[in-house]
Amino acid sequence: MNLDSKIPEGPLAEKWSKHKFNIKLVNPANKRKYDIIVVGTGLAGASAAASFGELGYNVKSFCFQDSPRRAHSIAAQGGINAAKNYQNDGDSVFRLFYDTIKGGDYRSREGNVYRLAEVSVNIIDQCVAQGVPFAREYGGLLANRSFGGAQVSRTFYARGQTGQQLLLGAYGALSRQIANGKVQMYSRHEMLDLVLVDGKARGIVTRNLITGQIESHSAHAVVLATGGYGNVFFLSTNAMGSNATAAWRAHKKGALMANPCFTQIHPTCIPVSGDHQSKLTLMSESLRNDGRVWVPKTVEDAEKIRKGEIRPTDLPEDKRDYYLEERYPSFGNLVPRDVASRNAKNVCDEGRGVNKTGLAVFLDFADAIKRDGEDTIRGKYGNLFDMYEQITGDNPYKTPMKIFPAVHYTMGGLWVDYNLMTNVDGLYSIGEANFSDHGANRLGASALMQGLADGYFVIPYTIGDYLAKMPYDKVPVTHEAFKAAEANVKEKIDKLLSINGSKTVDQFHKELGHIMWEYCGMSRNEEGLKKAKGMIRELRDQFWKDLRLVGTNDELNLSLEKANRVADFMELGELMVDDALHRDESCGGHFREESQTEEGEAKRKDDEFSFVSAWEYTGPEKPEVLHKEDLVFENVKLTQRSYK
Amino acid sequence: MKITLKVWRQKNAADKGGFQTYQLDNVSPDMSFLEMFDVLNEELLSKGEDPIHFDHDCREGICGMCSMYINGKPHGPKQTTTCQLHMRSFHDGQTITVEPWRAKAFPVVKDLVVDRTSFDRIIQAGGYVSVNTGGVPDANEIPIPKKVADEAFDSATCIGCGACVAACKNASAMLFVSAKISQLAMLPQGKVERKTRAEQMIAQMDEEGFGACTNTGACSAECPKEIKLENIARMNREFYTAKAKSENV
Repeated sequence: MNLDSKIPEGPLAEKWSKHKFNIKLVNPANKRKYDIIVVGTGLAGASAAASFGELGYNVKSFCFQDSPRRAHSIAAQGGINAAKNYQNDGDSVFRLFYDTIKGGDYRSREGNVYRLAEVSVNIIDQCVAQGVPFAREYGGLLANRSFGGAQVSRTFYARGQTGQQLLLGAYGALSRQIANGKVQMYSRHEMLDLVLVDGKARGIVTRNLITGQIESHSAHAVVLATGGYGNVFFLSTNAMGSNATAAWRAHKKGALMANPCFTQIHPTCIPVSGDHQSKLTLMSESLRNDGRVWVPKTVEDAEKIRKGEIRPTDLPEDKRDYYLEERYPSFGNLVPRDVASRNAKNVCDEGRGVNKTGLAVFLDFADAIKRDGEDTIRGKYGNLFDMYEQITGDNPYKTPMKIFPAVHYTMGGLWVDYNLMTNVDGLYSIGEANFSDHGANRLGASALMQGLADGYFVIPYTIGDYLAKMPYDKVPVTHEAFKAAEANVKEKIDKLLSINGSKTVDQFHKELGHIMWEYCGMSRNEEGLKKAKGMIRELRDQFWKDLRLVGTNDELNLSLEKANRVADFMELGELMVDDALHRDESCGGHFREESQTEEGEAKRKDDEFSFVSAWEYTGPEKPEVLHKEDLVFENVKLTQRSYK
Repeated sequence: MKITLKVWRQKNAADKGGFQTYQLDNVSPDMSFLEMFDVLNEELLSKGEDPIHFDHDCREGICGMCSMYINGKPHGPKQTTTCQLHMRSFHDGQTITVEPWRAKAFPVVKDLVVDRTSFDRIIQAGGYVSVNTGGVPDANEIPIPKKVADEAFDSATCIGCGACVAACKNASAMLFVSAKISQLAMLPQGKVERKTRAEQMIAQMDEEGFGACTNTGACSAECPKEIKLENIARMNREFYTAKAKSENV
């Protein structure tokens, strides 16, 4: 298979403009002859569906939640990057591009990332025009703050609820198109299969989550904006319903899955409190602007704090180890996420963790409060502090927060070319669901940027290039390809319902999560990964023999929904392990213990691994086949990432 | 902790429904309210009984999906979402009654799950600024006083959970509708369409079967995001101004 990324020729800064000129257009009067399916209504999906509707296409939009406004983009806290240089601190499109490529540890495409930086400025304009209430200065202009991995202030924010405000903007735009009749909305519908006709994506099969009805939907193109797969780990900052089913089933129909082992562990989450834990809550990275990360210098002091013999505020300065500020004087507490997470793990491994489980470090605001006053800090982070207090019962104005890394984002995803089309004709993937822009590690405030860039400013152009070459004819849902896909979906559901074993879906999901976290989490090695592969296979066998579901398909059935998703996580988990095993280097969030510098930092092997791993499904229980897309760097020099 | 739960069970929209009682002996005070339901559902599943269906997703208090009416209050005793309510807010041995949102415009789907698409239809009636993608002015072209931006933000933080409707004796959606109308009426970008927006959203709200406002204030008192009652006053002002000069009288 030839993986053609279709990056346009020419200088970096001109690629996108040239490409926009060269791609084919669909005449406005003809747009209404084309149907587009968009699955997912987060930032990428909602913005794409709304923009398609505005252009005149007929859109069908799907989400599994009860309303498109609830997609998990809503929970993003900190902000959105844009190279506006409003702060006059030396920012530029090229600098944002450079920071993103470097932050991704040189495992992303120059062309895609440059385009992302280029359109970032339009996003902010668009959102303000929609009435998104970004934070402002007293003069009435937009405020910015800084985020990990950057030395300029380019992050726009709306208190700690930026994702919510941006999503409600996109939801508004989507609602307007629903009212105009250009978008048909299907909430509480879950995509369970992709339908191909003559090798092209021509529709999907969905399950109506209320009635259980299996339905077919036909279109000229299908866009998957279905988010990431962090819930493979059971515990993550994802929503409970976030899943990989749409993407995975497209993968089984031929779409390649790229870099699945690249997962991001976010350094600032609330630590686990017990076995009942159902999810982990993120504390925005923006807190690292003012919070200082530390643990006691000695194991003895850490033990006293764990036992409650001394309070953290009692420990004098000279007995505290502000390890990020010590090791990385130029970036300090604002090092990228992968670096901050690994360092937290290391100090806890040394026995210096600070909560009952020994798996937590402090994030301390005492100095910031002394410097700026409690009111200023409340103005910046009030809702985050309240949330922390609600969950833990501790008051972060009085005592340092306790934080620990947790699975947050997946950089891997469906392989796409420069047009955001997968290797399957007519199947597109945008937002977190694709692999394209973040390499091996995503910088803070870049997920919102990518979701909206893809949805508002990239795919509305690139999809036209494909549709312009398509005949107007529609495929009826009575076509045999739809019937076959429906039968396939029903068979799988019947099988799940008929196992009648003894263990619940959650039990299996938790076990899978333990395996993934232990062997394919913050640090990985060959022996562990091989062991994990065997364990996952065994667990999967057990799942299909011993799962217990209650109820039928013809009703709202939450455990059946979940079983469908967990069945796919089991397969995807194994591919993540395969990918991690194959990539015998460390880069970004993928840390192979065998490949580290003397100082314990991730060590890349550019000669051997400067490529995108794209995996092809070949059949049940058969090994997936690896295809490589070489990464070519013409504008940046590959260096060992340093934040010292 | 030991907890007795009385939970509304209803197989589907057509079923009459009724309360069922469940005993939990091993509840940790650190659990969230929904995690307690997870534990109970695991138990029910392993006994082959249908688990209790409830809506939930982000479990961070922001998606607005969770919607339990706990001991006579939407989202329970604390002014927060159900997912952010922890068992330490209850005492050992307590009996807790859990019902779905009760409102004509929110029909029950199953157990504690209700249909809130009426809220989506209200937003579709005009809860946005009618701009297409692209061709908009630079973000800093129109300065907006910080105070105005902050106030608009406060209104914009509504999560659309429907607690205001559940709390109201009239099942009125005024707080929800007014939050969106206020946010957009305060910002220069939203002012252009303020009249048609107020008229259309309120007309849709009435059509969905939500009740009228009698200034009790329960909506705001129970709102997990502390959306202020002033929004309703602002909405009324928007509505009267619009109607006074309306072409659709």
